[in-house]
Amino acid sequence: MRFLAYFRALAARFFHRSQTGDDVEEELRSHIQHRADDLERSGLDRAEAERRARIEFGGHQRFREECYEALGGTFIETLIKDVRFSVRVLRKSPGFTIVAVLTLALAIGANAVVFGVLNGLVLRPLNVPQAEGLYGTEYGDGSGWQSYRNYLDLRDRNRSFDGLAAWNFAFVGLDTGGDPSRAAGFAVTGNYFDVLRMQPYLGRFFHSQDEHGPHSAPYLVLSHGYWHSRFQDDRGVVGRVVRLNKRPFTIIGVAPPGFRGTLLFVSPDFFMPIVNQDESVMNARGRNDAVFEVFGRLKPGVTPAQAVADVNAVGAHLRKTYPKEFGQKSSSLSPSGLNAFGRPVRAFVAGLMLLAGLILLAACANLGSLFAAHASDRSREVALRLALGSSRSRILRQLLTEAVVISLAGGAAGLLGSVALLGRLSMWQPFPRAPIRVPVTPDATVYLVALALALVSGFLFGIVPVRQVLRTDPYQIVKAGPAGRFGRRLTVRDALLVLQIAICAVLVTSSMVAIRGLARTLYSNLGFDPRNTMLLNVNLGMAGYSGDRLPDMQTRMLHAMETIPGVERVGLVNDFPPLVYAAGSRANVFKDETTDLSQSNVAAMPFRYVVSPGYFGAARTSLLAGRDFTWHDDKYAPPVAVVNRAFAGKLLDSVANAAGRYYRMQDGTRVQVVGVVEDGKYLSVTEDQQPAMFLPFLQSPSSQVYLVVRSRRDPQELAAAMRSGLRELDAGLLLDTGTWNSLLDVALFPSRVAAVSLGVLGVMGAMLSITGIFGMAAYSVSKRLKELGIRLALGAPRKEVLQAALGRAFKLLAFGSAAGLILGMLASRVLASIVYQATPRDPLVLAGVVLAMLSLGLLATWIPAQRALSIDPVRLLREE
Amino acid sequence: MPGEAQLLPGTLDLLILKAVSLGPLHGYGVLLRIGQISDSALLIEQGALYPALFRLVRQGLLKASWGTSENNRRAKFYELTASGRKRLREETDGWNRLATAIASALAAEPEGL
Repeated sequence: MRFLAYFRALAARFFHRSQTGDDVEEELRSHIQHRADDLERSGLDRAEAERRARIEFGGHQRFREECYEALGGTFIETLIKDVRFSVRVLRKSPGFTIVAVLTLALAIGANAVVFGVLNGLVLRPLNVPQAEGLYGTEYGDGSGWQSYRNYLDLRDRNRSFDGLAAWNFAFVGLDTGGDPSRAAGFAVTGNYFDVLRMQPYLGRFFHSQDEHGPHSAPYLVLSHGYWHSRFQDDRGVVGRVVRLNKRPFTIIGVAPPGFRGTLLFVSPDFFMPIVNQDESVMNARGRNDAVFEVFGRLKPGVTPAQAVADVNAVGAHLRKTYPKEFGQKSSSLSPSGLNAFGRPVRAFVAGLMLLAGLILLAACANLGSLFAAHASDRSREVALRLALGSSRSRILRQLLTEAVVISLAGGAAGLLGSVALLGRLSMWQPFPRAPIRVPVTPDATVYLVALALALVSGFLFGIVPVRQVLRTDPYQIVKAGPAGRFGRRLTVRDALLVLQIAICAVLVTSSMVAIRGLARTLYSNLGFDPRNTMLLNVNLGMAGYSGDRLPDMQTRMLHAMETIPGVERVGLVNDFPPLVYAAGSRANVFKDETTDLSQSNVAAMPFRYVVSPGYFGAARTSLLAGRDFTWHDDKYAPPVAVVNRAFAGKLLDSVANAAGRYYRMQDGTRVQVVGVVEDGKYLSVTEDQQPAMFLPFLQSPSSQVYLVVRSRRDPQELAAAMRSGLRELDAGLLLDTGTWNSLLDVALFPSRVAAVSLGVLGVMGAMLSITGIFGMAAYSVSKRLKELGIRLALGAPRKEVLQAALGRAFKLLAFGSAAGLILGMLASRVLASIVYQATPRDPLVLAGVVLAMLSLGLLATWIPAQRALSIDPVRLLREE
Repeated sequence: MPGEAQLLPGTLDLLILKAVSLGPLHGYGVLLRIGQISDSALLIEQGALYPALFRLVRQGLLKASWGTSENNRRAKFYELTASGRKRLREETDGWNRLATAIASALAAEPEGL
C-alpha cells in the first residue's frame, strides 16, 4: 500500500511538476526577501541588502536541488528532468545526434540480426512440448545416418530413453488425382509423434501399433503448411486417398501449425510411416541410408553422458554380433534440431556474433570519442554549472543520461530495422526446389538482448568523458576558454580511434578474404565442368518402374536426349551428381587380398556413383588412364569400375598401374578397375580430396537418376525439347530440370552466406571508420582553426598546413590499419574452414585492404582538409 | 566568534522541531528563532535549512501552509503535527540522556574509579 501511495505521490508531482518547482523557488526567494528586509533595517540600501542576502544564503542552485531530493521520489524525477534536458541539448546539435543515433542503429541492428539467427538456429529448441529433453544421436563421421535394423536394436536395448524415434527424408511424387507433383516429407517411425508428445490439428496421428512390417501402414499426415497450400485448408481432406509414387495412401491427419518437423531449417510437406521405405533399404543392416536421425527423450534423471555410454554399449554389442555390417565407431548426443549440421552452424553463427560484437565495440569507441569531443566543447557549460554549485555526480549523471538517450534511440531504430530484416529472412526460401527455411522470427529474447546492448553501449561510451569532467577546474576554464589545451600527448580519444580503426580493418580484411575465397571457388577445378549442362532428375520409382525395366527405360531416355539438335554429350548418374544438394553415398571397399571382410579391414569408404557410358564426357571429367564404360559392361559382363586418382593412390598404389587391378566390395564381389579419372569435389567445395568409384549403371540399376546433358549453347533453350522428349517416352514421368550451375547453389550456400554476411559487416566496418576518422579530423581542424589561420597568414605552404591539420589523423589511421590487418589475417584462419580457399596470404587481399583503408582515410578527411585550406585568417583573427 | 559551535549531524532536525514547537514559523523565522534560543551560539547555513524543512514535511512531522508574514510578504509557515510533537519529545529525551552520559563520562576523575 505504501508503495502505491508513493507512486500516486510521484504521479501527482509529475503532473504538477512546475507548480512544485515554483513552490520551492518562491519559498527560497521569500527567505532572501525577509533577510534583505532585516539588512535594510540595519541601514543598507535595498539593492545592497538583497545582494548580501543572496550571498549569505549560499549555493542557491545546490539547495534547490537538495530540496527536490528531500521531496522524495527523486530518482525517477531527476531522470525525467535529465532526459528532458538531454533531449534539449541533443536537439541543439542535430549533426552529432544524427551521426550517433545512426551509428548505433547500424551496430545494434547488426547485432540483433545475428542474435536473431543465433536464437532461431542454436538457442531455441524445436517447437514441440518439453523440447529440452530431446536428444539426437550422432556418429563418429559427424552425421546421424543409421540403418533401420540398427535403429530397432538401439530402440529395444537402450535403457536411457523414454522412447526412441527415427526419421528419414522422403522425396516422392504425390498424386491427388491426375496432377502428380513432387513433395518432400519425412518418413518417420510409428512412435515419432508420441515421442514428441504432439497432438494433431486435425484427424489423428499414426502410432507404433499401426506398423506391421513392410508397407503395412499406408497413412499420411500432412504438415499444416502443405495442407494450406496444396489442399486449401480443406477440412474434408482427412480420409482422402492420394497416391505416393503410384501407391495409395490415406490422409489421416494434419499436424499443428507451428510444427515443422525435427530439423530446424527444413519444413517437410508430410509425414509417412518409415515402414513404407523400400524393403531393400529397410532390411539390410549395412544400409546406413535408411534413417537420417535417431532421437528420443531422455528418461528423468538420466544425464546425456550416461545416455552416450548406454548407446555406445549397444553399439559395441552390435559390432560384436554383426562385424561385417556394423561399422560405426562411437556415438554422441546433441540436442535435437540441428543434427550433424549443428557444429558448423554453431561455429559460423558464433563467429558472426563475435564480428557483430566487434562492430558494436567499434561503434562504442567511435561514439566515445565523439562524445568526449562533444563534452570538451561543452566544458564551459560544465564549468559554469560546477561554479554555480551543481555537484559533479549530478553533471556526470546528466551526461550518462544523454548517452543512454542516444543509445536507446539508436537501439530502437536498429531493432526496427533488424525485425524487418529477420522477417524477410524467415520468409526466404534459398532453394526453390528444397523445403529449406531459416526459422528466425524474432521473439522477446531478441528484443531484450537489443535493449541490453543499447543500455550497455550507452554506458560504455557515456563513461569516456567522465575523467574529463572530474578533472574540470571551473575557474581555469571560465577564465581561459576551452581551446587552451589541445595537447600533443596521446589522449583517450586517440587510443579509441586506433582501436576502432583496428577493429574496422579486421572486418574489412575478413570480408575481403571471404569474398576472394568465394571467387576462387567459382573458378576452381571441381573435377567436372558445370557450365552449359542441364541436369534432368527422373525418378522412375515414382513412375512405377522397377527391376530390369529401369536400365531399359534409362537407356531409351539417354538416346532420346542424344537426338535433340544442339546437344553435345549425354550421360546418366544415379542419386545425385557431384555437389548437387550436398548429397552422396559412400560404400566400404577392401583390398583384393583381404579375405575377412569385417569393418576393421575396410581399406577405404569412397563415394559411390553409378554412371552410364558417356557420363565422363558429358561431365567433362577427364580420363587419366584406362577406358570409359561401354554398353557391354552390363549384367552379363564381369563387374568393373572406374576410380578417381585419390582411390587409385590409396588402394592401387599408382594411377599408371591401376587399370586391370582388382578390389573387393562389402559383399565380396571382386571388381576390376578399368579406368582412372581425375579427382573432384563431391559433397562440398571445401572437402579434402576424397576417393570415389564409379560403377556402370547396367550392373547396378537405380531408379533415381539424373541425366547429364551438355549442349553447345545455353541449355535452358533446350529444356523444353528435353522435357517433351522424355514425356514422349512416358507421359507419367515426374521431371525436374535445372542447370548444373544452378544446382550447385546448395553446395556453395555456406560460402555464399559467409561471403555476404562478412561483406555486409565489412561495409559497416568501413562506414564506421569513415565516421570515426571524419569526426577526429574535423574536430582537430576546428580546434586548431586559429593556429592554422595564423600559419596561413604567415605564408605557410598549403602542404604544411594540411600536414599540421591532418597528419595526426593519418598516423593514427596507419597505425590502426596495420594492427587490424595483422589481427584480421589471424582471424581469417578461422574463415578458411567455411569459405573454401580463403587464404589471408593473398597479395590481392593485402593490397585490397591497404587500398581500402587508404581510400577510406582520404574520403573521411576530405571535408576537414577543405575546411583547413579555406580558412580566412583575417576573418578568424577578427572574430576572437 | 568564540561562542559559535558546529552543529552535530542530525541535530538540525531536532532544533527545527523545537523552534517550530514554540509557535508556527516561516523558514526565515525558524532561522531567527534558533539563533535566539541558542543565544546565537549555533551557526546554521541559511540555505541548508530548506532541504531539512522539506524532509520533515515529507516525514509528516511538520505541516506547511502559505500565509502572510509580519513584513507583509508571502511566506510558507510551518507548524508541528502530532507525530512531530511526539518525535520532539522522544528526541529530546534521547538527547538529554546522551548529553548527561557524555558529560558524566567527561567529568570522571581518576580517584573516582
